[in-house]
Amino acid sequence: MTTPALDGLEAVIGLEVHAELLTRSKIFCGCSAEFGGAPNTNVCPVCLGMPGVLPVLNRRVVEFAIRAGLATQCAIAPRSRFARKNYFYPDLSKGYQISMYELPICTGGHLEIFTEGETRRIGLTRIHMEEDTGKNIHDAHGDASLVDFNRSGVPLLEIVSEPDMRSVPEAGAYLRTLRSILQYLEICDGNMEEGSFRCDANVSVRPRGSTAFGTKVEIKNMNSFRAVEKAITYELGRQAEALGRGERLVQETRLWDADREETRSMRSKEHAHDYRYFPEPDLLPLVVDQPWVDAVRATLPELPTARRERFARDHQLSTYDADVLTQRKDVADYFEAGVAAGAPAKEMANWVMTELLRIVREEKLDRALVIREWPVTPLQLAGLVKLVEAGTVNRNTAKALIPRLRGTARDPGELVAAEGLAQVSDRSALEAAVADVLAKNASQVAEFRAGKERVLGFLVGQVMKATGGKANPQVVQEVLRAALAR
Amino acid sequence: MSALHELSLRDAAERVRRRQVSAVDLTRAALGRIAAVDPAIGAFVTANEVEAMATAEAIDRRIAAGQDPGPLAGVPVGVKDVICTAGLRTTAASRILERFVPAYDATVVARLRAAGAVIVGKLNCDEFAMGSSTENSAVGSTRNPWDLARVPGGSSGGSAVAVAAGECHASLGTDTGGSVRLPAAFCGVVGLKPTYGRVSRYGVIAYASSLDQVGPVARDVADVAVVLEAIAGHDPADSTAAPRTVPSYLGALDGTVRGLRLGLPREYFVEGMQPEVEAAVRAAVDELEKLGATIEPVSLPHTEYAIATYYLVATAEASSNLARYDGVRYGLREARPALGEMYETTRAAGFGPEVKRRIMLGTYALSAGYYDAYYLKAQQIRTLIRLDFQKALETCDALVTPVAPTTAFRLGEKTADPLTMYLSDIFTISVNLAGLPALSVPCGFDRTGLPIGLQVIGRPFEEATVLRVGHAYEQATEWHRRRPPL
Repeated sequence: MTTPALDGLEAVIGLEVHAELLTRSKIFCGCSAEFGGAPNTNVCPVCLGMPGVLPVLNRRVVEFAIRAGLATQCAIAPRSRFARKNYFYPDLSKGYQISMYELPICTGGHLEIFTEGETRRIGLTRIHMEEDTGKNIHDAHGDASLVDFNRSGVPLLEIVSEPDMRSVPEAGAYLRTLRSILQYLEICDGNMEEGSFRCDANVSVRPRGSTAFGTKVEIKNMNSFRAVEKAITYELGRQAEALGRGERLVQETRLWDADREETRSMRSKEHAHDYRYFPEPDLLPLVVDQPWVDAVRATLPELPTARRERFARDHQLSTYDADVLTQRKDVADYFEAGVAAGAPAKEMANWVMTELLRIVREEKLDRALVIREWPVTPLQLAGLVKLVEAGTVNRNTAKALIPRLRGTARDPGELVAAEGLAQVSDRSALEAAVADVLAKNASQVAEFRAGKERVLGFLVGQVMKATGGKANPQVVQEVLRAALAR
Repeated sequence: MSALHELSLRDAAERVRRRQVSAVDLTRAALGRIAAVDPAIGAFVTANEVEAMATAEAIDRRIAAGQDPGPLAGVPVGVKDVICTAGLRTTAASRILERFVPAYDATVVARLRAAGAVIVGKLNCDEFAMGSSTENSAVGSTRNPWDLARVPGGSSGGSAVAVAAGECHASLGTDTGGSVRLPAAFCGVVGLKPTYGRVSRYGVIAYASSLDQVGPVARDVADVAVVLEAIAGHDPADSTAAPRTVPSYLGALDGTVRGLRLGLPREYFVEGMQPEVEAAVRAAVDELEKLGATIEPVSLPHTEYAIATYYLVATAEASSNLARYDGVRYGLREARPALGEMYETTRAAGFGPEVKRRIMLGTYALSAGYYDAYYLKAQQIRTLIRLDFQKALETCDALVTPVAPTTAFRLGEKTADPLTMYLSDIFTISVNLAGLPALSVPCGFDRTGLPIGLQVIGRPFEEATVLRVGHAYEQATEWHRRRPPL
């Protein structure tokens, strides 16, 4: 996705992310926070907003917020406060959402994004805790709309960036980096399609070189990374065109229509909600002392940026490769386990990035926050890499072994030995097969001799086929050339 | 005192424990009294005959089995209809909750039950506890048992009247701006507003969350002490309920005020007070001095801002607290094809005029552009009011004041003029803003035979001191022994 030509204009993008936290229970009651389940089964008087109920803060949510704050270099407020955001909607059980407003728990952080070969720092305005709403279900029951309150009270972090992004790729890189950090912290599974990682974008344009902001538009309703990128691209183009026609932009909220691939106005600034925020009187100010912050800090894992830099340095990988390998903590762990088992880093990296991640993507294993059932274990893959490096098997044989190793604890070397799959590099052992192939393909032999080098590949293939793929292709080529030269 | 319904709570419980009287007999006597007098006074919204008799029988069985059902063993008590009772209709005296049956018990109700109390019914009040006369009730006004043409005070009018009329031995009210103390004073019974945080609010239908507090009403101070001891203390379901131990309030009643320094706030003796009220309160102060207390003049300079402050803070919180009554999940729904229309018609039909007035006031006070001038300013003044009390209570152990500037007024006398009605709370409202404990104890009658109340205000969590002062005064006087002519 590229940023549209903006003719002397610069894009200014800020993103607001809502991340659903992986706590066992909801933020203000003891109900399970698990996704799914029959409608209105994970509910109680508190998350249903029955008369007389009161919220009690889940300490684990605070801990998760501190984790996120520390991982993004935020200041953790020693004293913060919940506030009520008041509006009417059927999925909002109390008529207000408990959120944070004037005194959020985390402020002033940043994260490093790596895009188009460069590292950039994107500022974070704030991170705060809030409760999720229920879900309205339309068209399932005649004219009536129904409400499922299972999600009501599931904890969220709202993570607000500064308007620091200047292009669509930067916005995409920010989102991926942020998701990766939350996944490393094991506080959010980052699944955009299922809504556990949601993003709204604030987009404006301004003359290149200007420091004043243009009129900003908020875009909602984007439920994939691609949708975010497409919506911002569309919106930048729309704004640039409007300005080009001499129109004035209005501050408004627009919805992304994924089918028509355009944004549509939802409400203008004049019709913006007045949420009438005020401090939540049912909860005491939240006090987070330094020992608590220190204790949480002590549990932080190595984060993606640090790990990427370390991989590049210690394993002599390109920044790009290191970036791919460190986006997911489980993948990075996998890679390191393979290297620890003796696989050369560069080769292990290639196998992980091509073979392993291809299967992971095809089978959507990456939907899980932590992949526990890999196609092959890191030790097995390291074993394959070493067999290839040692010339014991060729690359294709090694690839073909992956499905055979799957679900077993077998050692690849043992499997190769047991089934006689070792590569044949002995010239004399290949002479017969080569002679046979040349005899059967007289016309190709003639073509080669007439100068058609390309035909050699075909002949190598035939020999490989005749040897059940076990032949060392390098040796086959040498034997073929020698035979053809005769 | 001969009839069972006239027994003090302590006496009744003691007799049940000694098997001199059964819980069933006590409950039957209370239900009989309700049937006999309630048509005239209208204290109850819902009588709980069947469950009350079953509870009483269970208590008698436990006593027969040698168990102690607790300090309120078999004693009939009433509960204000803003406090949730599992399986027993709880209306908040509002049309919008006319048929609402809670799924759970408020913590105070659970604690009453655990102490052996028998809940005989739900008591009338101003709708959502908003009012000073119990005239803002969807089920009709409660009448003052001393003069049926007069109001009982509010908002916990039913709680005071039921106790004064012998329909139960004690009751629970709620006090947001004087709602326990004013009706106690108007009906000649004892009422306590505990320190904010002393008693759990879980299950109490919220009016103004930072001011609401449940308080007991009984016919003497010792009975109030017993009920307070039963309901007070930390509650994991209410973050604002203080984790402090509950002392023996009954044990603190040593019958003396010798050595106590009592402050007399100059601002609480104002122009326009009913002269008999001032005379009775001054006579009570003299009596306390005679009993050995030192009387000191003090000043609470920000008193004049209390009513304005209260009507910003309380209404702002109310506008948010009452948003959940939207017709979506429970309570009244005026079905309409469009959502907005359903909200509007439901709330228009479900709320009475005073509730609507307060929701509108509060919504306005929180609106963008007005928040700083109203809500924020009010919170600042609230701090000044709290500091006034803090300063006065540095030198004084407690303050003594009138509860209200007048005795009970006539039904309908102030309904047309809300501002005049609001002035009924002029001496009680500051106490809620400051979060302090305060007791209302009978201290005389006007010439038409209407009761007058003395207010004793204490330091935070020093309920024992205010009860001690009230009790010592009670021991020296006979006012609390008078009963209304029913």
